[in-house]
Amino acid sequence: MDIAVVVFPGSNADFDALHAARDVLGEQARYVFHKETSLGAADAVIVPGGFSYGDYLRTGAIACFSPIAAAVRAFADQGGPVLGICNGFQILTEMRLLPGVLTRNAHLRFECRDVHLRVSARGPFTNTIAAGSVLRLPIAHGDGRYQCDAQTLARLQKNDQIAFQYCDAQGNVGKQPTVNGSIAEIAGVYNEAKNVLGLMPHPERASEAILGSADGLKLFQALRAHLQGKAS
Amino acid sequence: MKANVYVTLKEEVLDPQGEAVRRALDSLGFAGVKKVRVGKLIEIDLDGSTSKDAETKLRAMCEKLLANPIVEDFDFELEAS
Repeated sequence: MDIAVVVFPGSNADFDALHAARDVLGEQARYVFHKETSLGAADAVIVPGGFSYGDYLRTGAIACFSPIAAAVRAFADQGGPVLGICNGFQILTEMRLLPGVLTRNAHLRFECRDVHLRVSARGPFTNTIAAGSVLRLPIAHGDGRYQCDAQTLARLQKNDQIAFQYCDAQGNVGKQPTVNGSIAEIAGVYNEAKNVLGLMPHPERASEAILGSADGLKLFQALRAHLQGKAS
Repeated sequence: MKANVYVTLKEEVLDPQGEAVRRALDSLGFAGVKKVRVGKLIEIDLDGSTSKDAETKLRAMCEKLLANPIVEDFDFELEAS
């Protein structure tokens, strides 16, 4: 299993993603620089967190025109699994590989803390995590308020594309103050084909007990199970 | 040819930045500020094109990069240099 971690100028969670995939999960993982035009023989792609191109203009807006972006789009269009974390999620929405957009947190605070997430939609990054279970993952973002129009939200619900929602420790959605004002407390969504996932929380930063939570590793383990299932 | 491109949040999109500015103006004693919306002004200097060409180009720039149509509107004006 070969995991490509895309690196943009301003990425800052690229090593965290590489570490989780290579050192914790124990698979082959490598960086792919934004100026490259090929992902090589990658089985999966991670677009990591950070502040690509300084978040200039809009978060993720400029990264989606970098040379590697065309390769990521082609990989996703062929059904390859792509995971966008935080700024990676923002980039994938700007590329229109994922519906909606991430806007300024409703209360203007940069949120840097652990949150609970309710897992729903099935897909390569969540298939082995029981639907309805609760994960604890860290967030670190100022622009995490997920927005989409009413038709898009209805489509997300109908197609079972909502992967993660902010919730309380018991898994109740909407019974606590909103984390960032996201519509339907959405923290992560799949595309319609379910091969592309974006989420604001950082699974790679909660992949080992020493980091306070190993819940994030479950996404990486789900990906491995998905790829092994395809290979066998 | 110079152009001013205005990118603004759609009316129905919450603007927490504008609301923070409104509250700050209020606390500075500026009475009667009912609503503030913060947008962007992008100044572009275009190499010798006709205004028709420039308009086509600017529209494409806005649609491709300068604005995100999910949450933003755009407008622009040309001024002969």
